[in-house]
Amino acid sequence: MSGIHTRFQMQLESFVLDAEFSAPATGVTALFGPSGSGKTTLLRCIAGLERAQGSLQVNGETWQDDKTFVPVHQRLLGYVFQEASLFPHLSVRANLEYGYKRIQSAERKVQMEQVVAWLGLSHLVERGDVASLSGGERQRVAIGRALLTSPRILLMDEPLSALDTNSKQEILPYLEGLHRELNIPVLYVSHALDEVARLADHLVLMEKGRVIASGSLRETLARLDLPTAHFDDAGTVIEADVAQQDEKYHLTRLDFAGGYLWVGKVDRPFGSTVRARVLARDVSIATQAPQGSSINNILNARIDEMRDDGPGKVLVRMRVGDSQSLLSRITSRSRDHLGLVEGMYVCAQVKSVALM
Amino acid sequence: MSSLSPEDLQAVWLTLKLASVTTIILLLTATPLAWWLAHSRKWYKGLVSALVALPLVLPPTVLGFYLLLVMGPQGMVGEMTKALDLGTLPFTFAGLVIGSVLFSLPFAVQPIQNAFEAVGKRPLEVAATLRAGLWDRFVSVALPLARPGFLTAIILAFAHTVGEFGVVLMLGGNIDGETRVLSVAIYNHVEAMEYSAAHVLASGMVLFSFLVLLGLYLVGARLARVTK
Repeated sequence: MSGIHTRFQMQLESFVLDAEFSAPATGVTALFGPSGSGKTTLLRCIAGLERAQGSLQVNGETWQDDKTFVPVHQRLLGYVFQEASLFPHLSVRANLEYGYKRIQSAERKVQMEQVVAWLGLSHLVERGDVASLSGGERQRVAIGRALLTSPRILLMDEPLSALDTNSKQEILPYLEGLHRELNIPVLYVSHALDEVARLADHLVLMEKGRVIASGSLRETLARLDLPTAHFDDAGTVIEADVAQQDEKYHLTRLDFAGGYLWVGKVDRPFGSTVRARVLARDVSIATQAPQGSSINNILNARIDEMRDDGPGKVLVRMRVGDSQSLLSRITSRSRDHLGLVEGMYVCAQVKSVALM
Repeated sequence: MSSLSPEDLQAVWLTLKLASVTTIILLLTATPLAWWLAHSRKWYKGLVSALVALPLVLPPTVLGFYLLLVMGPQGMVGEMTKALDLGTLPFTFAGLVIGSVLFSLPFAVQPIQNAFEAVGKRPLEVAATLRAGLWDRFVSVALPLARPGFLTAIILAFAHTVGEFGVVLMLGGNIDGETRVLSVAIYNHVEAMEYSAAHVLASGMVLFSFLVLLGLYLVGARLARVTK
């Protein structure tokens, strides 16, 4: 049984944590929910830092059940805390080597040079004092330190939330590299939807200590029955390939199953995959292909579902092609005016696409 | 210092020996106790804290008096030591060490406990996720981070033992080479109106105490900068 299978129960101060979910053996699984929904506690239970009733299997190994409780230091995991928590009495290098030294040399699959190159640490390694590092640099060192234990699973507890916007921007590209560089599952706790949309492949949605939904990021973000659909920045994610560069207009065509999107020039090689996010508030609906529109991207879509979204607002889930969903937030007046019903074919006008 | 008699020298040596042995024993006993106090959530933690702090408020003579009773021939500990063929502890160096350790316990436990509490759980959790076992975490993370607390504990325990008088007098008396420490020797000189001899010892003690403390504080300040 590969992947992560977990179920935990624990009495917390204001509610009961009763969470069960499975996550695949690869990719980034986001534990997403509002502050105080038990995400961090759940992650700490998985690490063994918190002792709760329950069971946990990781890649076929039992870390906890009724009879077993593998102590934290014997679990082959990497943990990145919200604050970098570097050891202040050790140099940057000694911090990085702390876990590396404590595993058998045969187990050392991740090497110092790799981590240094990947996280851009070359100018930091010889820094003596960790206090001289910026917030973003510290968190990169902390991530490197965790990776150097060659973990079988990486647990990250809101690694960006303690950072300012600049540091976030500095560190996000490295986190995106997790997909490419790591062949291990990552559990990523966050309460920021944009971060999740950017980094995650799978989504576990939590509310008041319970898992209310879990599944692939694309499908889960498109579900209208979940609270995520009603966020101001609700939207769907599209994985697309760079298909054409238009030098004259400085545009790039991104192809995905079901159509294509023109976006501002993307400096990525032909054929490379990019992730784009289309927010519900940036999509409008027309019943006929509009004439003389300034909007570049107009996609043929079919309405799958409609749901009220607060007074006077409606959320519309549409399908483009076979599998790609789009959300649109319109007024109920427009719905009635246009006579929109489920199953109807419409034109989705995409006003803006956020590339990630 | 020419007027230092062999008996006085003996007292100086005995005092240093007592303070050193006491400090070493305190470090070994206070560290686990402080660790437990810093991390335990047991209901009787408050009880233990209060007991540890008791010597802070008790007059040393009270502590000495009860130790004398407990370790004396009719006391619980006394019966035990007699049964083990060790004789009784009062009026011996070993008895003095026991008295000093109890007397200075809070001075060692509290700074170390505060230091462990200041270190907090997080660095230890981080170390655990980096494959360090319990003992490893303690040695590689908790101890170095709590170093300022240990230095304070050493300074206070040593200095406090050097200056001890009441417990010694109640428990150890005045036996030359066995229990007559500096403070008692000074007291004897004053009793005998030998003020100049008392001066030599007393001023020497002032100077020595000052130098030890100064040295340790300087080292401590440097260490605190390094570990910050």
